[in-house]
Amino acid sequence: MKPASFDYFRPSTVEEAFQVLSQSGDDGKLIAGGQSLIPIMNMRLSAPSCLIDINGLKELSYIRADDEWIRIGALTRQREVERSALIREKSPLLTEAVPFIGHMQTRNRGTVGGSVVHADPTAELPLSLLALNGRVVIASADEKREVELSDFFITYLTTDIMPHEMLTEVKIPVAAVPMGFSFQEYSRRHGDFALVAAACVIDTDLEGRISAARLVLGGVDAVPILAEEAMDALIGETLTESLLDKAGDLACMNVDPEGDLHATREYRRHLAGVFAKRAIMAAYEKATGKGG
Amino acid sequence: MIKMSAGERVEISLKINGKVYEERTEPRKLLSDFLREECGLSGTHVGCEHGVCGACTVLVDGAAVRSCLMFAIQAEGADIQTVEGLAKDGQPHSLQKAFSECHALQCGFCTPGILMSAVDFLDSHADPTTDEIKEMLSGHLCRCTGYKGIIDAIEQAAFRRKEGENVNGSGDTI
Repeated sequence: MKPASFDYFRPSTVEEAFQVLSQSGDDGKLIAGGQSLIPIMNMRLSAPSCLIDINGLKELSYIRADDEWIRIGALTRQREVERSALIREKSPLLTEAVPFIGHMQTRNRGTVGGSVVHADPTAELPLSLLALNGRVVIASADEKREVELSDFFITYLTTDIMPHEMLTEVKIPVAAVPMGFSFQEYSRRHGDFALVAAACVIDTDLEGRISAARLVLGGVDAVPILAEEAMDALIGETLTESLLDKAGDLACMNVDPEGDLHATREYRRHLAGVFAKRAIMAAYEKATGKGG
Repeated sequence: MIKMSAGERVEISLKINGKVYEERTEPRKLLSDFLREECGLSGTHVGCEHGVCGACTVLVDGAAVRSCLMFAIQAEGADIQTVEGLAKDGQPHSLQKAFSECHALQCGFCTPGILMSAVDFLDSHADPTTDEIKEMLSGHLCRCTGYKGIIDAIEQAAFRRKEGENVNGSGDTI
């Protein structure tokens, strides 16, 4: 239960970090909050030979908003997002989702960027940011690029990021700040990995017809899944019990969860439908002013 | 930029319970082991070593974190509080007193971590609900008490603190 030896680098500027990253090749591993990385290092599931600690890069810790984007720096602690008045105002889905991440004691250290690049398919931030149509900013010594979150996750713990690159920011379009939103999660114990989680954002017109909807499910596949058929079924409609049932059926029909010690495949699929419906219902009620 | 080779031991300086410590560490040494083995502060307990049990929780710059999920080298220059720093002048901290009175511990293995989390928690929750206390405690495993006594103790400490503040604020005696 002790990690293997590694060389340690703590750059004091982003440029230095890129320099070490490109020199270390495939051996270099970035550490931010370390709340997922250190457990797997302690268990020797991972033994990077070179650890690059970015906790000195204070310029990557911020929450800002302008007319177009809400921007969260990669090193921003989850606890700061949870407590941020700006996030509560501009992106309340995140305020609702973040308390489900681990525990207060791990959110104090865990970062936004770390959670997104770790790409656990049950993780709350990737799910919520995908529901909010977010993007990530990825930089290296000689390039800076942006990737839509819908293209970012490739499979379990694997993303579209190269060994010499670093995620520096996540950004959410301000236009996507929804009228209604909900984050729902089921786990055996509070703070455990979710068996299934669902994030939903909904906008409605004055008659209560759904004008825009995004529904994302986590824990049901190797990456967070955008439930597009369920979303399509909702558009242009007012939410009735039969429409809700239909959307829930579509959501769980299109996922392919794996069974494990914690839940069978069938049970996860069942939960996906139940939690999709709860998220849609709660988001719709908020959008139409019926919910809290 | 700080650079250290695998296995290299360098001296780091950090403040623990108000006192400056200068001790040597190698990169892979966890903060929990550093506190116990290099600083001799064995009040911080090591349980699961992967962030689940909460026994090793300490305050780093005022925030409750798992000391098994940090390398000691990352705490260079930090201000750390451990359970050894709670009592002042031989008097137990208000939380320690409440834990004793409410039978909030039996074997005591999980207690240092819970106390440190409770210090951070009460700093930001002056008047916590039972549910908020339970949520905070979800980050700690206790196999003896069933948690009831722990919840009672934290409620009692919060109540006394609030009562004390009222006394100070109004000038009334209760």
